[in-house]
Amino acid sequence: MDVQVTPTAVDVEVWLEAQAHKELLRFITCGSVDDGKSTLIGRLLYESRTLFDDQLATLASDSRRDGSQGDELDFALLVDGLAAEREQGITIDVAYRFFATERRKFIVADTPGHEQYTRNMVTGASTADLAVILIDARKGVLTQTRRHSYLVSLLGIRRIVLAINKMDLVDYSEPVFTQIARDYGEFAAQIGLVDIVAIPVSALRGDNIIEPTANMPWYRGPTLLQQLERVPVEQQLSAQPFRMPVQWVNRPDAQFRGFAGLIAGGSVNVGDRIRVLPAGLASRVARIVTTEGDRPQAIAGQSVTLTFEDEIDISRGDLLASAEAPASVGEQFDATVVWMGGEPMLTGREYLLKSGTRTVRAHIARLQHKINVNTLEHIAARQLELNEIGRVQLRLDQPLAFDAYADNRDTGGFILIDRLNNNTVGAGMLHAAVSPTENLHWQVLDVDKGSRAAQKNQKACVLWLTGLSGAGKSTIANLVEKQLLASGRHTYLLDGDNVRHGLNRDLGFTEVDRIENIRRVAEVARLMVDAGLIVLVSFISPYRAERALARSLVGAGEFFEIFVDTALADAEKRDPKGLYRKARAGQLRDFTGIDSPYEPPESPEIRIDTARTTAEAAAARIIAHLRAAGVIDRDWVFIP
Amino acid sequence: MSKLSHLERLESESIHILREVVAECERPVLLYSIGKDSSVLLHLAIKAFQPARLPFPLLHVDTTWKFREMVAFRDQTARRLGLELIVHVNPDGVARGINPFVHGAALHTDIMKTQGLRQALDLHGFDAAFGGARRDEEKSRAKERVFSMRSSQHRWDPKRQRPELWRLYNTRKAPGESLRVFPLSNWTELDIWQYIHQQQIPIVPLYFARERLVLERDGALIMVDDERMPIAPGEQPRLRKVRFRTLGCYPLTGAMPSEADTLPGIIEEMLASRTSERQGRIIDFDVAGSMEKKKREGYF
Repeated sequence: MDVQVTPTAVDVEVWLEAQAHKELLRFITCGSVDDGKSTLIGRLLYESRTLFDDQLATLASDSRRDGSQGDELDFALLVDGLAAEREQGITIDVAYRFFATERRKFIVADTPGHEQYTRNMVTGASTADLAVILIDARKGVLTQTRRHSYLVSLLGIRRIVLAINKMDLVDYSEPVFTQIARDYGEFAAQIGLVDIVAIPVSALRGDNIIEPTANMPWYRGPTLLQQLERVPVEQQLSAQPFRMPVQWVNRPDAQFRGFAGLIAGGSVNVGDRIRVLPAGLASRVARIVTTEGDRPQAIAGQSVTLTFEDEIDISRGDLLASAEAPASVGEQFDATVVWMGGEPMLTGREYLLKSGTRTVRAHIARLQHKINVNTLEHIAARQLELNEIGRVQLRLDQPLAFDAYADNRDTGGFILIDRLNNNTVGAGMLHAAVSPTENLHWQVLDVDKGSRAAQKNQKACVLWLTGLSGAGKSTIANLVEKQLLASGRHTYLLDGDNVRHGLNRDLGFTEVDRIENIRRVAEVARLMVDAGLIVLVSFISPYRAERALARSLVGAGEFFEIFVDTALADAEKRDPKGLYRKARAGQLRDFTGIDSPYEPPESPEIRIDTARTTAEAAAARIIAHLRAAGVIDRDWVFIP
Repeated sequence: MSKLSHLERLESESIHILREVVAECERPVLLYSIGKDSSVLLHLAIKAFQPARLPFPLLHVDTTWKFREMVAFRDQTARRLGLELIVHVNPDGVARGINPFVHGAALHTDIMKTQGLRQALDLHGFDAAFGGARRDEEKSRAKERVFSMRSSQHRWDPKRQRPELWRLYNTRKAPGESLRVFPLSNWTELDIWQYIHQQQIPIVPLYFARERLVLERDGALIMVDDERMPIAPGEQPRLRKVRFRTLGCYPLTGAMPSEADTLPGIIEEMLASRTSERQGRIIDFDVAGSMEKKKREGYF
């Protein structure tokens, strides 16, 4: 076994020298006690000989008294010893365990229990480089597996080890393993997790934990420990642009003025040009000071003290950034918040926000939606309760320099503090700065909508097709677009399904999300009209109010509402995508016509009765209408 | 230089924590217990703030029963580094003649250490105190925060402990409340020894094996450090080559037979040894779950 081997007297110095270069990997284990998580961690500690004789003696006696493994050691007891503390009312967020092998030192974040799971997992994941997700081979991918994976991806962990445990209870079956690994891979890709290594294990029996097992000769991949030892420790941070939040100003005397901090991204060299944010002043690095003397360079993860060539005003809370690639600055942000407070998060209430080394006042300007961590659905909400996650708009009382959390955890993560009781009540991830609209002015441009459309020999407009799912909107829109294109017109087709794969990927099907879905599409259509295009929009768009909004965004005569009118029974009979069947079976929620309303247009420009009209005839009617309205030339000839 | 080693990452994290406290708290102090963890903590603190001087004093809560070599090392360290050292002894305890041999380990520790610490913190108005505790020391410490909130009575309230994400520590507190801060939380015993070796950090000579006068009592080797040690009839102190793996009050600290008189020797023995360091610390064995209990009462 490749673990701490006792060196002889002669080579202890050699051994120490080798140890000095050992890397550190931090990981989190996700799963419940039932998945064998405690047994897994206990076994890693045991097998890496992290335990001492007196601890083993205690384990042996505990195993006999409380264990579930007969006369054998119950490894779960090594990490489950917190029951008594729970009774005393001590909350356990995260327990940290340590073990080492010849190659690496490991810090394991273990989040026990089911209560407070979101808060605890988010805390543990915030410092982890990798996640080990446990699955019980008998049960496969469960709701909780999805929840754990979502939280892991939310916190920016990209590397996953999928430990498919209890293989001994499924006769070490390869098909069982392969099926679970495939199911998981499909789900994980949807939430952006792609770096996944699946390993069949039995924590109880020790199969594929440290050593390859003879019980699964069909598996040729690494064991769990081998994978933990060889996975690259995050190096992306060093490749990022330089970032360092200023922690403390070091001024021992009039001569020395240094700025201390931990480098949160990239590297810094003497002579590099840096910018002080949010103010924006610039200077060059004069010295990089450490106890071991000055250095020419320092990298992400190091705590250093920098001095600069110019006497510029820098204080705690400023962010030092590469002048070539400075961080963004904003006062209003799109962010995701995980609520950890006993009292709910309220929009409008003021909190303190700490990001990097800067603390500012902040309030939640808007709660866009909360996210069901089990289904990933978006739900309209007015407040966030303990352990809930929401997408919010934050407004600060002064500017903050930041990076998107996806790019840098240290410059994109923040905590929220209750101003009255000083508790940490929330944690969050900044996505982007949003500009309050009152500060935005329309650019007046010389080239306008009319000139762009004239160049294309057409009038710009929106053809908005609305109707039930399966009514035939997309088929008709396609035919119209093909004919327009064939005659040299410039068009674009916005299709409901396609837009949901990209621009509106973050939206679900609740009322709030549907409204936002349409608002965005209407805005995109407006920009395209401004570009001089004929825009076809094929969306269910069930609500009158949103269709009216879309109409209001473009000029008079530029909006054609086309009602593709089908009886629900007909649409359901057709059911080209099988969605009605799913909705009736309860597998799809908020489905228009079934458990979500459709409000038919009161006076559409064009109404197409699909019971009496073929798609081709419908397309011809629309073209004819456009010609009559002067959108396209009257002398336009249909080219089949 | 493209990758950081585990010791470099631990060092950097500890320095970050030390600086964060100095930047955000009014009056921090370093609880200096003279042991190897304190030596590492002090070394990191000096690194964190240089070339400036250490921006806080050291506080040693002296129970009057520390090894003489510890006290000598303490005074010499403060002198050598030009540090401000505050030594506090609980005057009530002294007046009542508290003695671990007479009153037992639990009462002695409570009065001389726990009460003494509270007195000193109140007397000087310290609002944040650094300690050298590590999460790997004991199973129940695995869940400890780096920043631990204490009430104005120095009580640890389980409900008021804060989640710690990324490198963001919430140091805000009401008047009278204080913080205990543990910059070495993520270090293991082996990390400590490796770092001492790598950085050549001075430690108390008691850690190195030498011929010392010891008594075997209740299975532990207790050093006869001064004339206050009562020797029962039939007990015979003997010179044995021993060292200490952890240091505290001499009547409460067991020695181990050892030949290791160099740092590599200690590390070698440690790698081969199969007992945890807390076994030599007698206060842990008084009551089941005793650490939890002491902490709630304000012990570090």
